[in-house]
Amino acid sequence: MNTKVNLAGVELKNPVMTASGTFGSGMEYSEFVDLNRLGAVVTKGVANVPWEGNPVPRVAETYGGMLNAIGLQNPGIDTFVKRDLPFLEKYDTKVIVNVCGRTLEDYLDVVERLGDEKVDMLEINISCPNVKEGGIAFGQNEKSVEHITKEIKKKAKQPVIMKLSPNVTDITVMAKAAEAGGADVISLINTLTGMKIDIERQTFALANKTGGMSGPAVKPVALRMVYQAANAVKIPVIGMGGISTAEDAIEFILAGATAVSVGTANFYNPNATVDIINGIEDYMERHGINDIKEIIGKVK
Amino acid sequence: MSEKYKEIAEVICQEELSDGIFGMWIKTDKIATNAVPGQFVSLYCADGSKLLPRPISICEINAEKTALRLVYRVVGKGTKEFSSLRSMNKIEVLGPIGNGYTLKNNSAMLIAGGIGIPPMVELAKELKARGVNDITAVAGYRNNQLFLTEELEKYCKVYVATEDGSCGARGNVMDAIREYGLHAEVLYSCGPKPMLKAVSEFAAANNIEAQISLEERMACGIGACLGCVCKTKEKDSHSQVNNKRVCVDGPVFDYREVQL
Repeated sequence: MNTKVNLAGVELKNPVMTASGTFGSGMEYSEFVDLNRLGAVVTKGVANVPWEGNPVPRVAETYGGMLNAIGLQNPGIDTFVKRDLPFLEKYDTKVIVNVCGRTLEDYLDVVERLGDEKVDMLEINISCPNVKEGGIAFGQNEKSVEHITKEIKKKAKQPVIMKLSPNVTDITVMAKAAEAGGADVISLINTLTGMKIDIERQTFALANKTGGMSGPAVKPVALRMVYQAANAVKIPVIGMGGISTAEDAIEFILAGATAVSVGTANFYNPNATVDIINGIEDYMERHGINDIKEIIGKVK
Repeated sequence: MSEKYKEIAEVICQEELSDGIFGMWIKTDKIATNAVPGQFVSLYCADGSKLLPRPISICEINAEKTALRLVYRVVGKGTKEFSSLRSMNKIEVLGPIGNGYTLKNNSAMLIAGGIGIPPMVELAKELKARGVNDITAVAGYRNNQLFLTEELEKYCKVYVATEDGSCGARGNVMDAIREYGLHAEVLYSCGPKPMLKAVSEFAAANNIEAQISLEERMACGIGACLGCVCKTKEKDSHSQVNNKRVCVDGPVFDYREVQL
């Protein structure tokens, strides 16, 4: 049985990776999960300098989902390179570094810094809904998506994944813009902007007022967008949004995703990624599928 | 920090201790034998619409029977679900989480309010077992719906404060400390933020040690999501900013470390 997939020349042992921001750099989860089993670890977003993030409360639960407004707290690229990358190097898995910034220069700074590091791919976060500058501001306009992709591609030594926001009118426009800018891969969806009000305290549940919604409740929206994007571009698509079981992952693969990311599910099942990998293998056996590539985008 | 385990625990028994406050003994595999006072566990709901684990403090540890006593207030749908569990029911638990209190040999005052009271029981028990004789507990409640005072009395002298004055001193724990003229060399505290602030000020004014346990909304409970941070006075080496994670860097902090 072959579960290997190829993303812009990078071969993953299986299509299951972590979603940025839900898995740190894997350190905390390594107590529960054998990181060697994963197709790739996608790190939490890292910027050129440390970021404080947003005030608390930063998380709130919603029906079948959750909201977060962490605000991209991160230790900055120096600490990340010194501490997190050497940790990940010990494992037989691909390393994808998620990059965030407030300005184009911030992004380029990190991309250049990672040029000579043992990093397999870069994922560029132009879709965080919880920061005032950068993040989603780059991801909601097709010209800006194409421009930032082009500039990053000029500097990047590793293949570039552009992570898209679902908070747009037409996802295919943004997917095509990333492709036109030279993106090697696109990943989607980042979180959906949402809100929760605490009626007892009569105030917002999150200090940031709004947050990014994720979890099983968003899956149908995510699946629809992944399907649309996969049919709009020729480059590979990484699908994510509410994936918590192997069945969910297979839906995304059938819809056109070459690989999938598991995010919020890690919070309530630290072993979710490995459970999903095992479940995909069972499914392939059950359906007599020799190569997972046979089913990528099979449902048209 | 101790190693964490995710287990399916079995409920031994459950009772309502007072209005909306429930106490549940669960049988764990490895969690109880590795737990120390001040740590907490994450409890998972069976209902999949409630995704996130609920952080619940450890009230008592029975290492011999590998059992934990969890005392919690029903505040929402998750804790409501836990309160319906009965003997032999199963529940998913992850723990023990965080750093507990650092037990000292000096005279101790345990200051707690509301649902911050439960961790004080195991703490008092272990302080006494350590040979600390001068242990005082000050417990603050809303009204005469007291809980865990009898358990605390086994190990220390207990003073009560109630907001409505129906039991003990009228007001909060600080009012009780003033009214009864209480003092100690080390303060151990858990409760609402304004109370922890007052305890910190009291410690600073008297130049004594205070270990305070914080609470924050969290998602993963294992240090990865960065949902539950608190502000620190110095730059934290892990985050590289003035933030520490309540779940794994705490929940117990030296009051001088954090900004409330």
